[in-house]
Amino acid sequence: MLNEELKAAIADLLPEAVLIDGGEWVNVKVDASEWLAFAKQLRLEPALNFNFLFCLTCIDWKTHLTMVYHLSSTQYRHNMVVKVDLDANKPEVESVSSIWRTAEFHEREVYELFGVNFLNHPDLRLLILPDGWEGKNPLRKDFEDPINMIKL
Amino acid sequence: MIEEKTKSIAFPGQVHELPGGGVMLSKLDDVINWARSNSLWPLTFATSCCGIEYMSVAGAKYDFSRFGFEVARATPRQADVIIIAGTIVNKMAPVLKRLYDQMADPKYVIAMGACAISGGPFFYNTYSVVKGADHIIPVDVYVAGCPPRPEALIHALLSLQHKIKSGLTREQIRTTPIEQITH
Repeated sequence: MLNEELKAAIADLLPEAVLIDGGEWVNVKVDASEWLAFAKQLRLEPALNFNFLFCLTCIDWKTHLTMVYHLSSTQYRHNMVVKVDLDANKPEVESVSSIWRTAEFHEREVYELFGVNFLNHPDLRLLILPDGWEGKNPLRKDFEDPINMIKL
Repeated sequence: MIEEKTKSIAFPGQVHELPGGGVMLSKLDDVINWARSNSLWPLTFATSCCGIEYMSVAGAKYDFSRFGFEVARATPRQADVIIIAGTIVNKMAPVLKRLYDQMADPKYVIAMGACAISGGPFFYNTYSVVKGADHIIPVDVYVAGCPPRPEALIHALLSLQHKIKSGLTREQIRTTPIEQITH
């Protein structure tokens, strides 16, 4: 599907979704409460068939967090980006690991580095950070480590 | 100049020509150091991009086997020198210490590249990187660069060889500048 067709299809599926212009791929911003249902549609809609979540990450904007999901279809070779804004004080979003299995690992990584709580995740615990790290999220902009960190 | 170079590589000792053959006089320590320095087997250990340069030095083009570094061993128990090729993070630090402890004496350490020397590009604003491998294990030779050229690593290896050949102890190897070694 071409980008213009994708945009039209997305507008049909979820009229509330905000399309962001610019960039190579179709960028969509959705509300955290709508994300899981929207994700299921993206995956299961035969004409879209986004069967590959190739990147899952998070951005700390200081005012809020943004989850970023890069989706691709191995059948149609089209890509899109979904962004979900989260509250920095209580970052919560539904896990998509039931739709794309790869999210299970990626969400654990975002959990340990940004402190995002993924609801209904099957095994939400630290991925790479050592045990006992819980509570401190090193990729958050306000993260401080007076012992190991030398400030520029 | 060429004379000087061959002298440091040649077998340590004086040959006394006698009728019917010669006799060589040497010190056992010198012979041991000569043998030891020409058979320094490094450990297969690389944690980031310096490892690529290290592999290049091991490969056919630069080929550190020519200088006695022969083969990289995959176990610390068979290795004489550890080349810290890359960033050491806090989580890796105990592993590096353990590998070093498992190596049999005499053992030597080369810190290759900015990360192993000081944390390099990760010195500031990071929670996870050790600011220099010498916080964990004693380092004999530092190689500057990010990453260093293969020639620089070969120079470091030859410097280490040179220091071992001149009979320095481990402590002296770390503290004596290469220029001060006369023979």
